[in-house]
Amino acid sequence: MSPEKGPPPSSGVADKPGREPEVAPPSRRDALLRLGSMAGVLGASAAGARLVWDKGGFDVVQSAAVRQVRDYRIKERDAEHAQLAIARAASKEEGDDSPRPLATPEQLVRRAVDALGGMAKFVSRGDVVVIKPNIGWDRMPIHAANTNPEVVAAVIKLAHEAGAKRVVVADGSCNDPNRCFQRSGIWRASYQLGAEVILPQEHRFRTMRLKGDVLDEWPIFTTLVDADKVINVPVAKHHNLAKYTAAMKNWYGVLGGRRNRLHQNIDTSIADLATFMRPTLVVVDAWRVLVRNGPQGGNIDDAKDMHTVIASVDQVAADAYGCSLIGQRRENLPYLEMGEKRGLGTMRWENLRVKEV
Amino acid sequence: MDAHPSRSESVEPIPWKTGRVGVVPALDMETTSTPPVPVPVPVPVPVPAPAPAPASASAPAPASASAPASATAPAHAPPPAHAPPPAPALAKKKLPGSGIPPRRIAVVLKWARRASQVFFFALFMYFLFQTGFRGSFAARADAPVRLPLPVEGFLLADPFVAAMTLLSTHSVYRGLLWSIGLLALTMLVGRVFCGWICPFGTLHHFFAWLLPSRRGRGGPRVEANKTHAYQRAKYYLLYAFLIAGLGGSAIGGLFDPICIAVRSIGLGVIPGVQYLSHRTLGAAQVVQVRAVQGAADHAQDWLAQTVWQSKQFYFHQTWFIVFLLVAVLFANRFIPRFWCRVLCPLGAFLGVFARFALFGMTKDHAKCTDCNLCLVHCQGADSPQGGVKWRQDECHMCMNCENACPEDVIKFTFLPNRRSTVTVPDTQRRTALAAVGAGAMFLPAARVADTLDVNYHSKVIRPPGAVEERAFLERCIRCAECMKVCPNNALHPAFFEAGVEGLWTPILIARVGYCEYSCVLCGQVCPTGAIQKITEKEKMGLGQPPIKIGTAFYDHGRCLPWSMQTPCIVCEEFCPTSPKAIWVEEVDAPVRDSKPGPNGAPPAYKSVHLQRPHVDPSLCIGCGACEKVCPVQDQPAVYVTNVGETRSKTNVILLENTNYNQKS
Repeated sequence: MSPEKGPPPSSGVADKPGREPEVAPPSRRDALLRLGSMAGVLGASAAGARLVWDKGGFDVVQSAAVRQVRDYRIKERDAEHAQLAIARAASKEEGDDSPRPLATPEQLVRRAVDALGGMAKFVSRGDVVVIKPNIGWDRMPIHAANTNPEVVAAVIKLAHEAGAKRVVVADGSCNDPNRCFQRSGIWRASYQLGAEVILPQEHRFRTMRLKGDVLDEWPIFTTLVDADKVINVPVAKHHNLAKYTAAMKNWYGVLGGRRNRLHQNIDTSIADLATFMRPTLVVVDAWRVLVRNGPQGGNIDDAKDMHTVIASVDQVAADAYGCSLIGQRRENLPYLEMGEKRGLGTMRWENLRVKEV
Repeated sequence: MDAHPSRSESVEPIPWKTGRVGVVPALDMETTSTPPVPVPVPVPVPVPAPAPAPASASAPAPASASAPASATAPAHAPPPAHAPPPAPALAKKKLPGSGIPPRRIAVVLKWARRASQVFFFALFMYFLFQTGFRGSFAARADAPVRLPLPVEGFLLADPFVAAMTLLSTHSVYRGLLWSIGLLALTMLVGRVFCGWICPFGTLHHFFAWLLPSRRGRGGPRVEANKTHAYQRAKYYLLYAFLIAGLGGSAIGGLFDPICIAVRSIGLGVIPGVQYLSHRTLGAAQVVQVRAVQGAADHAQDWLAQTVWQSKQFYFHQTWFIVFLLVAVLFANRFIPRFWCRVLCPLGAFLGVFARFALFGMTKDHAKCTDCNLCLVHCQGADSPQGGVKWRQDECHMCMNCENACPEDVIKFTFLPNRRSTVTVPDTQRRTALAAVGAGAMFLPAARVADTLDVNYHSKVIRPPGAVEERAFLERCIRCAECMKVCPNNALHPAFFEAGVEGLWTPILIARVGYCEYSCVLCGQVCPTGAIQKITEKEKMGLGQPPIKIGTAFYDHGRCLPWSMQTPCIVCEEFCPTSPKAIWVEEVDAPVRDSKPGPNGAPPAYKSVHLQRPHVDPSLCIGCGACEKVCPVQDQPAVYVTNVGETRSKTNVILLENTNYNQKS
């Protein structure tokens, strides 16, 4: 502020006669205002800082100890209905080389579910039903790495017939989900029946507390756990590390995050997940079964037509029975024993009410 | 400066128009002296420059004093008697000066140009959003996965890309034939691509309107919009890039405007906005209000299905690409449309061909009052004003000058009189030769660095279907379409991994994403054939050898089953080939207990059953799925390098793949 420019405009300062305006002290009002605003800003800063003060240290915040589980089972069951139903296409007569099986996947699903009492026993009118197939891999139905789309379609139809308000099909894929959903044929099959197909987009995952032996907190695909009823529709197939994968292992699809670490203790991970997710119903697709090079396969010679559908209310029993399809023994699958010990079901499937249809 | 030269005398080039700006050749005397000047009243006209005036259509008021009839009248007085009647409807705003409204066709063309800019920019963005596979509920399981739209269309229509790759490969690759159409359009109506179509040009048009401060409006803007010598730079760049193309490098793609737009918006802006939207909508999702949560959920659903990729994408060193975009957009603050006028080699290419254009400008110099309204609105800095020759090679054909002119000076017509037109670029021979020399020296300069013939970087993993590296560099224009379309975020712009010559060419970074086994989309969108349009059958090798892009290797010191006696083999599970390239060796290995034994005894050992993975190099295709899923987080225990890639006969491991007839 150069003196040539003349006196600056007086800003409320009472110019005392005989003193230069530049050096005159501010008025009392001005001084108080300035002091007050300084104190106010400083006080607000201090109060705000105290509010969010972090005292540091390595204390790990202990998460709430409550285990979150998702139990969709139907509590009361009639004793007359089977607990495990196996539907097989009738064996062909000698010399019949026609490739057509003697039943469709839909017929098998209907027979199996009817043996358990019919879908109306599981799905009530107005329910939101979530169907969890295996849509893990970018493979086509012929490779049998994903659930057969016709089996998924049959389950959707049954759920609709039972009066479901909404039927949602979702899975967390291993390969690019867009490609898996399209090339598995499940997207198209579900869409044609009016089911809602939800891809595992990032925003659909929320952290939940599984509190298992090896799985503590993990991001969970919320679509699969926001439901009235959940139907597990896995495909039975070989798995190089877990040896056999179907119902219990299918819950890998609810997890987000770094699933690649689960394999270090795959059996306990499977048991932890099966503890977290207790489905209403299990419908195992064994229409075509990958017997080698699982879980991904890729060679149609690795898959074998078995024309079988297993339905059960017990996911452990479904797997204990299903592993025999690929020539595996249930004693060799540690996760079945863990599941039985945790009370998730029984690996002695013959102790259940079994029905072959 | 204050007094206007008298119109009655022979029209001299206005000193400040030609004197300071040396590039504008003096106007031919015969052109300007022919028309009899109807209004020989020497009215002093104040130059509108000193007063900062807004750049919008409202013109500086002092310029209105030129016509004799309106010299004393207020600016909004009715037009003088000798002026044509006011044009109905479209030209409502009273123009300064004589107030002669533009022809209706000029107004229509101006609005058509604006509509065209909006349309093509929207189309470009739509194509960019569609450059990615989102799956379809309608497609059959066995239908091949392809994009339904020609999302690389803008690049196919790019004659600079076509010319550069024609020089380097001596062929025109597939869809690049479409660029003939743009060439034909240019030869019909000039550089309309720059003013009407180019999405990057539209972006600059917008920012040149948005950004200028006091220094970029009024007089300074008029000054900035005159033709300047620095505008020649783009021609020199063009010559250098074309000669570098002849030498065998498509490095010019770094400067192609469409490539820049795809690269910087596709790899920087879109993922950045997606990140921001994910953060903000994610924050809205945890708000404990159901309506807010629902709205956020629906917004995320909609965005994920229409705009974003299926997940957040990250790109290698993309900050630099975005930095350059911001810098070149910010340059509009100082020189409007800096990019288009000074650097754009595509604009230069079209400028060279604009000499053939049948459509062009005529000027009635005698009527010009030097109000400079044309210059205020000029996009190409192509000398639209009276007293100098129009620069056809610089003009973007935006039609702003004819619309702005209140004196009936400027008219665009078919087959115009060219006496006041310069049709060819005003380049200097020595500098042009120097540019050609620089272009010719680029390839040797780049290749004596140890990046290609020797010491080729092991991480330069090219996409499946890429041609041999030298042919690849002849073709790759760094448009980043392949990186944008890759569903797994596997392809990234190289920084200097592939040498200075390979800047922003695609490389696979398997740790970020792996090459999806049955996916061939990168080849589908590649406009130049650097990545060939392979089929799934060719890629996966059904009935033929598969296309390998590299080979996986194990780091036994980091691998869990190999060194930590822990079961894992996620790599084997993800290996997509059949039979699998990763096979496992079943072993029972001893593992020491972590705790010492009782009474200080040494720790006990127990046996664990393990599957230890191995790679079969004859089956491995180098897709990197194993590297992507390896649970050793920081530095994976299995990794892919480019050795064994199908496209090379020398970068091999196995004897049977070696071809000693090829130079190493």
